[in-house]
Amino acid sequence: MLADIRLVAAKDLRIEFRSRVTVSQVIPFAGLVLVLFGFALDANRPVLETATSGLFWVTVMFVATMAVQRSTAIETSDGARRALLLAGVEPAAVFVGKLIAVAVQLLLVELVLVAGVVVLYDARIESWGLLVSTCVVATIGIAAAGSVLGALVAGVRARETVLPILLLPILAPVLIGATRAFDDALGSVAVDGWAWLGLLAGFGVINVVLGALAYGVLLEET
Amino acid sequence: MVGPTTVEAGRAGSVRWVPIVRLSGVVALLGRFPALAGIDLEVGPREIVLVQGPNGAGKSTLLRLCAGLLRPESGEAEVLGHDLRVHRAAVRRSVGLLGHDTALYDDLSVVENLRFWALASRVEEAGVGPAIERLGLPSRLHDVAVGKLSAGQRRRVALAAVVVRRPQLWLLDEPHAGLDQGGRDLVDQLVTDAAHDGATVMLASHELDRTVDLATRHITVAGGTVTSDSPGGGTGGVDDVG
Repeated sequence: MLADIRLVAAKDLRIEFRSRVTVSQVIPFAGLVLVLFGFALDANRPVLETATSGLFWVTVMFVATMAVQRSTAIETSDGARRALLLAGVEPAAVFVGKLIAVAVQLLLVELVLVAGVVVLYDARIESWGLLVSTCVVATIGIAAAGSVLGALVAGVRARETVLPILLLPILAPVLIGATRAFDDALGSVAVDGWAWLGLLAGFGVINVVLGALAYGVLLEET
Repeated sequence: MVGPTTVEAGRAGSVRWVPIVRLSGVVALLGRFPALAGIDLEVGPREIVLVQGPNGAGKSTLLRLCAGLLRPESGEAEVLGHDLRVHRAAVRRSVGLLGHDTALYDDLSVVENLRFWALASRVEEAGVGPAIERLGLPSRLHDVAVGKLSAGQRRRVALAAVVVRRPQLWLLDEPHAGLDQGGRDLVDQLVTDAAHDGATVMLASHELDRTVDLATRHITVAGGTVTSDSPGGGTGGVDDVG
C-alpha cells in the first residue's frame, strides 16, 4: 500500500514538474488574484487588513480547483484510470497518492501567497506555528475533498464546470475554519485559532477516511 | 453453447478442458443499454480468438467484460477461474488489455511510463528493457516524452506495457490500428508468441485480411451476442500441447 501511494504521488508530481503548469500558470494566477483583490480593496486599507485571511483562502480555493482539474485530467485523458484498475493498484493508495501530490502543489502555492500577503497587504505574522499548521491541515482537507470529487466527476462530460460547483460548497467549512485560524495567526481578529484548527483537523480526517473508502467505487466503470 | 476446440493435459495425464473464459447468458449494461445481451462463449487455453462484427456490436464491451472492468448484470461469467460477479479484481492482474486509449502519461518518457506500469502491476522492472526492444522502439526514443511521439509509436509503447505485464489473457482491441507495416507484423508475431508461451489471446479487429489466418478461431458478435463461431487458420499455441 505504501509503495503504491509513493508510486502514484511521485508520478503525479513528476508530471507536474515536467509540465510546469504549477509554476508557469497556477502560481501566476494566484498572484494575480491576490493583486486584483488588493486593487479592489486598497482604497479601504482597514478592510483589506481585516479581509486578508479570507482573501488568502478564497485564492487557495480557486487554485485548488485548478489543481484538482489537472490531477483528474492526468488519469482521464488517455485511459490511465482504467489501466490503474487493471494493474491492481489499491484504490485507496491511488486516492492518497493523488491527495499528496495535490497537497504538495497547494502548499507550494500557499508559500508564495503568504509572501504575497506580507508584501502586498502588509500583513504581520504573529504565530508562525499556527499559520503553518493551518496551511498543512486545511490543505489536506482540501486535497482530500478535491481528489474524491475529481474522481466522481471524471466521467462527466462537462466536468471542468461541474467540479467547482460541487467542490466549492463542500470546502466552505475549510474556508471558514482556515480563515478564522489565519485571523488569529495574523493577529487581525481576536479568535482562538487553535480551536478552529481542531475543527479543520476533524474535517480533514473525515475527508481522508471517506475518500479512501469511496475511491474504489468511484474508479470503477459503469 | 458456443464451445472451443482446445484441450489441455491434466496433471495426472488425463485430458481435461480448462476454460480461460466462460460466459453463459451474460448480460452487461453500458449505462442502461444492454451492450452484451445474453452472450455465450467459452475460450480455452492458448487459443487466438478473433472477435469480429460491425461497429457497436459489443466487441469492445466483451473485451472489457473479460478484463474484469464490467460487472455482468446477469448470467454466469468466469475468467481465469474467477467469478466476474465477485472477484473482478483478481482477474484484472492477470489480463493485459490494449484498448483504443494507450493509457500512457504524455509528460513521462517511454521508459518512465513502462517502469510506472511495471511497478504498479507488481511485475519485475527488469522486463521493461526487453519489452522496449521487442517492440522495436529505437534507443533515441527511450527518454522522449510520450506526448511527443507519433500515434504509431505511442501504440508500440502501449503494446510494450502489455508485454511487460506478461498476462495470461491478452485482450487486444484493434491492435493494428495506427501502426505501419512493420508494426502490424510485430503485433502478429507478439500474438503468436503469446499463445506459444501459454497465454490466450482475444482480439477484436476489422482487419480481417491480417487476422483471419492469425486466429485459431473466429467469432462474430452482433447485437451483443455471438452469432457465429468457426475455426480459423492459425495454430496459436495448441501445437505445443503434448
